[in-house]
Amino acid sequence: MADYFSTWFPEGWDWLGWLIAALIQAVLLLHVIAVGAVFFIWLERKVAGRIQDRLGPTRTGGKFGWLQTLADGIKLLSKEDLMPKDADPLLFKLAPYISLTSSFAAFMALPFASDWVGVRLNIGLFFIVAVLGLEVFGVILAGYGSGSKWSLFGGMRQAAQVVSYEVPLGICVVVPVMIAGTMDLVTIGDQQSGLFSNWLFFHDPFCMILFWVYFTCGIASVNRAPFDLAEAESELVAGFLTEYSGIRWSLFFMAEYGSMFLVSGLAAILFFGGWNGPIPIFFWVPEDNFTLETLANLVGLANFILKAVIGVLVMMWVRWTLPRLRIDQVITMCLKYCVPIAAFCFLGSLMWTALHIPFLNDLAPMQARADIREGWVQDIDDEMQRLEKRFALQAYELNSAVEGGPQQEAQTSLENDSADRVALSSTHETEESR
Amino acid sequence: MMNLPLLLAAEINWHTVFFYLVAFAACGFALAMVVSNNVVRMAFFLVISLAATSGLIFLTGAHFVGAMQLMIYVGGTVVLLIFGVMLTAQQAFISMKTKAGDWILALIVGGSLLALLTQIAFSVPSWRTSDYQARLRAEVTAAEEEIIAAMAADNRTEMTPAEEAKLRPLLAKVKYGQPELTSQVGLGLVGVRADKPELDSPGYVGYLLPFEIVSVHLLVVLVGAAYLARSKRSVPSAAGEGGN
Repeated sequence: MADYFSTWFPEGWDWLGWLIAALIQAVLLLHVIAVGAVFFIWLERKVAGRIQDRLGPTRTGGKFGWLQTLADGIKLLSKEDLMPKDADPLLFKLAPYISLTSSFAAFMALPFASDWVGVRLNIGLFFIVAVLGLEVFGVILAGYGSGSKWSLFGGMRQAAQVVSYEVPLGICVVVPVMIAGTMDLVTIGDQQSGLFSNWLFFHDPFCMILFWVYFTCGIASVNRAPFDLAEAESELVAGFLTEYSGIRWSLFFMAEYGSMFLVSGLAAILFFGGWNGPIPIFFWVPEDNFTLETLANLVGLANFILKAVIGVLVMMWVRWTLPRLRIDQVITMCLKYCVPIAAFCFLGSLMWTALHIPFLNDLAPMQARADIREGWVQDIDDEMQRLEKRFALQAYELNSAVEGGPQQEAQTSLENDSADRVALSSTHETEESR
Repeated sequence: MMNLPLLLAAEINWHTVFFYLVAFAACGFALAMVVSNNVVRMAFFLVISLAATSGLIFLTGAHFVGAMQLMIYVGGTVVLLIFGVMLTAQQAFISMKTKAGDWILALIVGGSLLALLTQIAFSVPSWRTSDYQARLRAEVTAAEEEIIAAMAADNRTEMTPAEEAKLRPLLAKVKYGQPELTSQVGLGLVGVRADKPELDSPGYVGYLLPFEIVSVHLLVVLVGAAYLARSKRSVPSAAGEGGN
C-alpha cells in the first residue's frame, strides 16, 4: 500500500505516501476495536435476552434496539469521573489505557486477509501471544491503584487466572506452528487454502480436541464467564473495575471486546483456515489482476470476520449458559484438565505429523505447503533474478566496451537496465522512509 | 510558503525518529524508576522502560528477540515482581527511603557501568551516524559493482553460488531487516553460525550447553532461596515461640 501511495508524490516526497498508508492502517485497526465493541455490546444484550428468555433491547432505536450501544455510550460519557481518596492517581488513571493499548497493539500483527496485515512479522503468532499477556498488567495496576480491597482481590484473582492459563494456551498454539513450520500468521493462513478439509482443525483428531482446549483457554485469558471470577458481582461487586466509572470503565470494556475478537480471530487463523472459505472459489484468480485480487481479498476479509464473530458469539453463548466457576475449580480446570489434554494432543499431533498419517486433509501435500511457506523470501528471489539479468547485461557491456564496438543488443539491454535501476531505487527509497 | 517545514520533514529518516522517541521513553522511565519513592510505581516505570527497550529491539529488526523481551521480562518477570510488591508492600514499606551509603554505592556501580557502556557504544562506528539504510544501500551497491566487475573479468553471464549467497542476505536486510534472524539464533544455539560461514571449526560447540547450565543454575538458586525462606520461618515455631 505504501508503494502505491508513494507514486502519488514527486521524488523525495514519497514519505507522505508512507504516512498516508500508515494512518489508514492505524485508523482501520482502531475501528475494528471501536466499531466491533459497539456491535458486540448490542449483540451481547441480544444474545443474553434470547438465551434467558427475555427480549433484550427493544425500545432504543426502533427495530432490534440497534441504538442501544449509542445510548450506553452517551450515558457513559456523561457520567462523573470518580476517583477514590486512597487511590494512587497516576496508576489509577493509566491502567485503562494500558489495557486498551495492549489489546490494540496485538491487532497490529493480526492478518485480516492474505497480505492484509498491519505489520507482517515472521513471528506474528508469538508477538500476539506476548502482547496479549500484557493485558493482565493493566488489570493488576487497576486493582492496586484503586486503593480498594475489592479491586485488589479482583486484580489478583485475574492475574492468577491469566498467568496460569497462558501455559495451556501456549501449548495449544505450538501445534499449528509445528504443522505449518512457521510462526508467520499470513503463511499459516495461506497454507490452509483449498477445500475446508485443509483447515488445521481437520489435520488430525488431536487437532480437533486441541481447538476446544485453545478456545477454553482463550475464554479464560480474556476473562469471560464462566472464568469471570475477577469481577464476580456477588462476591467482589465488580472486581478490579469496582472503582471505575464513565469513560475509563468503558475503555476496559473496549479492551475486553477487542481481545475477544482477537482470540476468536486467532482461532480462525490457526484452526479454521483464516480468510479461506470452505470452497476455493478464488483459486483460479489470475496473477497480476489487481481488481480480482482485491475482490478475493475482500471475500477473504468477510470470511475471516464471519469466523471471528462466530467465535465471539460462542463466547457469549457460553457466558449466558454456564454458571461461574469457583477459584479452585478454575485452577483445577487449568492444571488438571487443560494442560494434560493439551500436552497429550501435542504429542499425538507430533506423532501424526512425523509418521505422515493421512487424515481428511490430503489435498495439500507437504511439498505444496513448503512452497507456500517459502513465500516469505519470494520477492527476494524475484529481485535476485532481476539483478542477475542486469548483471549479465552489464558485464557483457563492459566486455564489449573493452573489445570495442557496442552492439545493438547491448543498446536495448541498456534501456531495460535503466528501467530496472529506477524500479530498484524506488523500492530503496520507500525502505528508507521506514 | 509552507515549504520549509515540509522540506525539513522530507529529509527526516523516520526510523531514526522512532528510535529517538523510544530510546527517550526507555531512558526517561528508567530515570523515573530510580527517582521514584513508591515501590509500586517503581515497578510500573520498570515495566514501561523494559517495554520501550523491546521497542528498540523491534526497530533493529530482531523481532524474535523483541517479542522474547516482551514475553519474559514485561509479561512474566514483572508481573511476578508486581505480585510480590503488592503482597509485601504494606503501608510501612510502601515508600522507600534511600540511605546515603546506598546512594554512593549505587552511583559507583551504575557510573562505572555507564562509563563502560558509553565507551563501547561509541566505539561501534555505525552508531555515530543515523543513516543506517543509506549505509546498507551503499553496501549493496558496492557488492553489486564488485560482482559485475568479477563477471566482466571472467567473461561469464551468471553469478556463482558464492556471489549469490553473498548478495541475498544483503537484499533481505534492505527489504525486511534480516527476516531469517529467528532461525539464525536457533542454529547459533546448537553451534551452526549461519551469519559466519567461515567459522566452520570443529571445536565450536554453540551456546546451547552454556545456556542450559545457566538455566539450571538459576533454578538451583531459586530452589535454594525458597528453602532458606522456609527454614527461617519454621525455626521460631519449633522453638515454641508462638503459632503465627
